[in-house]
Amino acid sequence: MPNKERPALVQGNIACGYGALAAGCSFFGGYPITPSTEIAEFMARELPKRGGKFIQMEDEMGSLAAVIGASIAGAKAMTATSGPGFSLMQEHIGFAYITETPIVVVNVMRGGPSTGLPTMTSQSDTLQAGFGTHGDYYAVAFAPSSVQEVFEYTVKAFNAAEFLQTPVVLLMDETLAHMREKFIYPPTDSIEVINRKKPETPFAWFKRFEMTPDCISDFPAFGDGYRYHITGLVHDPMGFPTAVSSEIVKSAEKLRDKILIHKDRFTYYEKFMTDDAIWLIIAFGTAARSAKQAVIEARHHRMKVGLLQLYTIWPFPDELIAELSRNVEGIVVAEMNMGQLIREVKKACPRKLPILGANRYDGVLITPDEIIHSLKAVHGSKEK
Amino acid sequence: MNKNKQNKESFKMEVRLAGSGGQGLITAGMILAKAAVLTGKLNAVQTQSYGPEARGGASRSDVIISDYEQIYYPKARKLDILLAFNEESYYKYTPLLKGAGILIVDEKYVPEVKEKNAIRFPFITTAKTEIGTPIVANIIAVGFIGGLTGILGKKVLREAVTTSFKEAFRKKNLKALEIGYRVGGKHTERMKFL
Repeated sequence: MPNKERPALVQGNIACGYGALAAGCSFFGGYPITPSTEIAEFMARELPKRGGKFIQMEDEMGSLAAVIGASIAGAKAMTATSGPGFSLMQEHIGFAYITETPIVVVNVMRGGPSTGLPTMTSQSDTLQAGFGTHGDYYAVAFAPSSVQEVFEYTVKAFNAAEFLQTPVVLLMDETLAHMREKFIYPPTDSIEVINRKKPETPFAWFKRFEMTPDCISDFPAFGDGYRYHITGLVHDPMGFPTAVSSEIVKSAEKLRDKILIHKDRFTYYEKFMTDDAIWLIIAFGTAARSAKQAVIEARHHRMKVGLLQLYTIWPFPDELIAELSRNVEGIVVAEMNMGQLIREVKKACPRKLPILGANRYDGVLITPDEIIHSLKAVHGSKEK
Repeated sequence: MNKNKQNKESFKMEVRLAGSGGQGLITAGMILAKAAVLTGKLNAVQTQSYGPEARGGASRSDVIISDYEQIYYPKARKLDILLAFNEESYYKYTPLLKGAGILIVDEKYVPEVKEKNAIRFPFITTAKTEIGTPIVANIIAVGFIGGLTGILGKKVLREAVTTSFKEAFRKKNLKALEIGYRVGGKHTERMKFL
């Protein structure tokens, strides 16, 4: 654990472990995979010292099953994986959505599909984090870009998961996960920790999935004495399967609305030099660091460029994009994939304006020069 | 180094340590960055690039040390210092050196160097003869860069080494650091552009 009095050099994956412990995580079920393995190693070392549990399961499906079970039993629970493991986990992530089970899934992105590029960076699971499992649902995913932010957003991921009673994906990438950087442990009293809402009703009155004004139901731990049913089937407020049209609709809309009602609370972003910007870059994760450098260098050449750095990827902040796009003449979406978030940006922009991608998908961190190149292209397309 | 025009004190130094997997260059980068952070005044970012192999294959570590509050793009772009532990790295990254950038090569493993002002030193051979194992050659390099640049004091470098190794390996690595620091210190005139 870090010396809390002094800046330390900390790796991204380790900062994720610090954040998980600060948030109160007491269970990690996982299966090691590059480039996320250091998170599992850290939790295996630290959790038992604190009375927590670390289990290495037989595979990623088993891992997530264990994590969901731990959470239903009352623990704050997580796993960490990378692309191939994230794919295997999708089935159970869906189960966590429909059973409203808070879990944190860290996905350290590497190149894919399949085994892909185990040791190289990528942001190619961006859409998968939002739409990876089948069915209708609204996903929550956050993406930090520095070691300090990994800590902060790991805590936020637990808070969102606990508050919303839903899986939250923390999207990292290989560059960030293995990067070592100056880290200052924040004062403990400055760290906000949110816990799931517990029931106070008499046992007999309790309905686990009861509809409430903000769509958040009470969630007791197994063993607290409250009785309810858990199933992956669409269920009624008691948790039992239903085929009644009105109950099906209510159940589906609850999963959607609990995210949308609280969307603003969990939409995190940073505007960087956007006040007078006529060109806008949108980026997240380590690509946003390259984008910030690009903004500074483009401004040396008198290009009025700003950056919108997204920390919340899902639910996608459409309103924010719409608002910012109003004052700019063109947008560059910088991402380390063939263009995943750019589709969302295009959908969110109410008027037609040039939107180009700055993309890199060879396992190497996108450079400021490549983003500036796309800025020039979007600038040129406007002048024609 | 990039001198900030508003503030003469500001600087940014970009270092690349490159060779093959197993030579300890990622550890070396980590220790340099750690020492910088331990000064309490400097910011540092260390990134790495390596293949799926445990040994062999190209491996490199970039360290950016700066007194800027933020280091955005975390990889080295224009190198102030390149340390090459094999020929492939020498050929590949030398073009990225700045005009006044310093090229340091392992004399034995990069035998033919065109650049007349390159610093040639037998890191790996010295580790074998002086300390009895080639695996501490990376820490000789850390000491060398520390002594050469003078930015990181010996005290923080010693602390960074001490806290990065288990008891059993500390002594040899600290000795390696001393040797490197001493030899690197002989080349401080190369840092006049600072």
